[in-house]
Amino acid sequence: MSEPEITPEIVAKHGIKPDEWERLLGILGRMPSFTELGIFSAMWNEHCSYKSSKKWLRTLPTTGPQVICGPGENAGVVDIGDGQAVIFKMESHNHPSYIEPHQGAATGVGGILRDVFTMGARPIAAMNSLSFGVPAHPKTSHLVKGVVEGIGGYGNAFGVPTVGGEVRFHKSYNGNCLVNAFAAGLADADKIFYSVASGVGMPVVYLGAKTGRDGVGGATMASAEFDDTIEEKRPTVQVGDPFTEKRLLEACLELMASGAVISIQDMGAAGLTCSAVEMGDKGGLGIKLQLDDVPQREAHMTAYEMMLSESQERMLMVLKPELEDVARAIFVKWDLDFAIVGETIPEDRFLILHGNEVKADLPLSKLSSSAPEYDRPWIETPAAAPLGVVPEIAPISGLRALLASPNYAQKAWVYEQYDSQVGADTLVAPGLGAGVVRVHGTGKALAFTSDVTPRYVKANPFEGGKQAVAEAYRNLTAVGATPLATTDNLNFGNPEKPEIMGQFVGAIKGIGAAVAALDMPIVSGNVSLYNETDGSGILPTPTIGAVGILASLDDLIAGRPAEGDLAVIIGATKGHLGQSALLAEAFGIEAGDAPHVDLAAEKLAGDFIRANRKAFAACTDLGDGGLALAAFEMAEGAGLGVKIDAAEIGFLFGEDQARYLVALPQSGLAALTAAAKAAGVPLALVGQFGGKTVSLGGDSAALADLSALYRSAFAAAVA
Amino acid sequence: MKAAVVTFPGSNCDRDLAVAFERAGFEVARVWHKDSALPAGTDVVGVPGGFSFGDYLRCGAIAAQSPIAAAVQAHAARGGYVLGICNGFQVLTEMRLLPGALMRNAGLTFNCKTVELKVATTASAFTQAYARGQSLMIPIAHHDGNYTIDAEGLQRLRGEDRIAFTYGQNPNGSMDDIAGVLSENRRVLGMMPHPERANDPLLGGNDGAGLFAGLMGGMALA
Repeated sequence: MSEPEITPEIVAKHGIKPDEWERLLGILGRMPSFTELGIFSAMWNEHCSYKSSKKWLRTLPTTGPQVICGPGENAGVVDIGDGQAVIFKMESHNHPSYIEPHQGAATGVGGILRDVFTMGARPIAAMNSLSFGVPAHPKTSHLVKGVVEGIGGYGNAFGVPTVGGEVRFHKSYNGNCLVNAFAAGLADADKIFYSVASGVGMPVVYLGAKTGRDGVGGATMASAEFDDTIEEKRPTVQVGDPFTEKRLLEACLELMASGAVISIQDMGAAGLTCSAVEMGDKGGLGIKLQLDDVPQREAHMTAYEMMLSESQERMLMVLKPELEDVARAIFVKWDLDFAIVGETIPEDRFLILHGNEVKADLPLSKLSSSAPEYDRPWIETPAAAPLGVVPEIAPISGLRALLASPNYAQKAWVYEQYDSQVGADTLVAPGLGAGVVRVHGTGKALAFTSDVTPRYVKANPFEGGKQAVAEAYRNLTAVGATPLATTDNLNFGNPEKPEIMGQFVGAIKGIGAAVAALDMPIVSGNVSLYNETDGSGILPTPTIGAVGILASLDDLIAGRPAEGDLAVIIGATKGHLGQSALLAEAFGIEAGDAPHVDLAAEKLAGDFIRANRKAFAACTDLGDGGLALAAFEMAEGAGLGVKIDAAEIGFLFGEDQARYLVALPQSGLAALTAAAKAAGVPLALVGQFGGKTVSLGGDSAALADLSALYRSAFAAAVA
Repeated sequence: MKAAVVTFPGSNCDRDLAVAFERAGFEVARVWHKDSALPAGTDVVGVPGGFSFGDYLRCGAIAAQSPIAAAVQAHAARGGYVLGICNGFQVLTEMRLLPGALMRNAGLTFNCKTVELKVATTASAFTQAYARGQSLMIPIAHHDGNYTIDAEGLQRLRGEDRIAFTYGQNPNGSMDDIAGVLSENRRVLGMMPHPERANDPLLGGNDGAGLFAGLMGGMALA
């Protein structure tokens, strides 16, 4: 079949900028074929090449004694002792989810699960961080329902418990929702599989589902801004099949145990192209592919389509040839396709044959190593103007404003659509704070959390970046875990705008400072840029996914306050209301600076919580919504009222960092106070749990009344 | 006592069910759906939760045609015990080992939460460790748990005391709040809730343990 002629229009349609086109011609010394242009476009788009972000990503701390493998592989690998490792990553599927919410979100979950099991790990936990436009926006309800159903439909059938996440609403996401999916898996530390190919003449094997035309050009689509033609992009969204993914998981794990795998890579963005190039490049080898042997779902597919298809549930593997029969038998058992589609070759070449024609013949190493890299101009985000006079509000009215907002209302409507218990190891299910999953068959557990406060990042990218990490640190700490490592999913607007690039740079610097200070290095991550519609960008949203370990199940803090327990704040309260949830929800005010994060104070408070965990009936991090919201949530979960003595709005709703709210019996107060004094950690007795009334500085309401609001507001907003 | 847990390609609670049987003292064998026989001496077959063949349409229908299905049906016909949980319950209705069908939840969404069950009969090995009317907290996690049966069938289930569990607050629209039913010989139980997830105090509940312990004891007597 003859291929279209290369014209400037076709080049532009592939997202290749004029300077990049010159670079491409320089590498080839000739015009590319249509298939070759597609391959370059797939490898050089923002999504695959990180060309705008690489310079800054390199500055992030990624090492530590606990890190077995940092960024660069499919997912990060972290030591959890006893010869075991946790493998995790977070990745965005923002653009596809906006275009087709159910399939976009489902395949986002599928992709991140594959990233984890490609490395030999059995997935044990999933989370998702979702950002939508305001509930009143005509698309929001449709997006929320589709995304949640898509995540549930995929994860539930696959069989991974969804144990945490976030859902937020803000007008900046009206035209560009965010769907960030996290997965973590468990493997033996000496049985991790990497994507480095080795050996010449080794068979390249295609595994899993057949290749169709779905998703052709998806990665390029994900690297462009949206405008009102997005509906035309629906055919670039892939369709997920969790049943195939489940079989692929089991077959891959069996295959890996058989010793037949030299290297393996999942086919994600830019499918066959990206996976083959990555394996060859890392191994210093060339790859030859015979596309006639690729299992195909549709007739008459072209080389271009096959190389760029993003059909789901597929893997590419370099196989030990002597074990081909063993490997094939495993895939027959699971009724999956298994086809030898090529081989490794000694020269630096990416050779694509189809029919009797050479469709592409490219220098393989140049595809990724010579990808463009930009030092985009950026301007530092100006300091936020100081917060003016805060309008007056009665404490209970402030609390009601939070509880009535889908941002702070109970999210059961969402997480009850996810299977949070499959695997029968879930110790703390979703709801508040971190999820906790037992390491199967051991007395250890892992804690998972996902956090960011985009309002803070916009006002102050550096402090906001720090805060996202600090909040993750606190959420892990609040269940008794020791934070281990972090994955980051950096969602920003158009990096070609210096002010957006400034947000990105500021946030990276803040994240870097925080993960260094709190010893939770970045081991994997993903960057999603161009989150803009018609030129208007999202709130900068660097989602932090973090994992912590509980060396013993006795370390878990997962209780509830009892009648009469005291409410105590660990950490110092100054009453910072800039960019607070209260101002945003009660008054629509997003002003002032973000709260600053004292990383030393975070570390001190976190260590104090862990050292004294036996003293607490319950513990939670103090984040947005401050003391008032945290105390209400803790009390409501126990079916109790709570009385907080302070009446001052800053004290009740301020969002100062490095703080926890703990509940403890009166008998424990003296010892805890002494311990805090010795450790140099501020401690303040602020109230008491009990009864059926919520009272904030004398202003009060019936628990049942507030509880009804808290439990119904989310469904009311999105239904 | 020997339990055999069947794995279909999309089963995902097979390990959890095997662990629950083991905790109750069973010797557990894992059986692949393409096998055509159960291990010799199998006392109880466990059909686990999950999405046996993706189950995009009519859950359990394809699983009921797997090679292992004939062996499970023969085992039941010989008076052997069978426990189907969630997708396993759907599979057992498709195998015609239990009457009725599981339709899409009335609320149309997947629903995962811990719910209150009432023990409706103690006249079975599965439920004999409980008291009639006893309240249990057991998780559910399903999209298609809306139990439906014709009027005559429902009459028979009631008359023959074959409703094993009912929901305290009906989460899915099931007729008569039915959460689990027994076969005529009371040796096949299908239920939507997951007792294997409430089988360890650390996981927030142990109310399901009685089912496995009762089964162990009841079978020993039988």
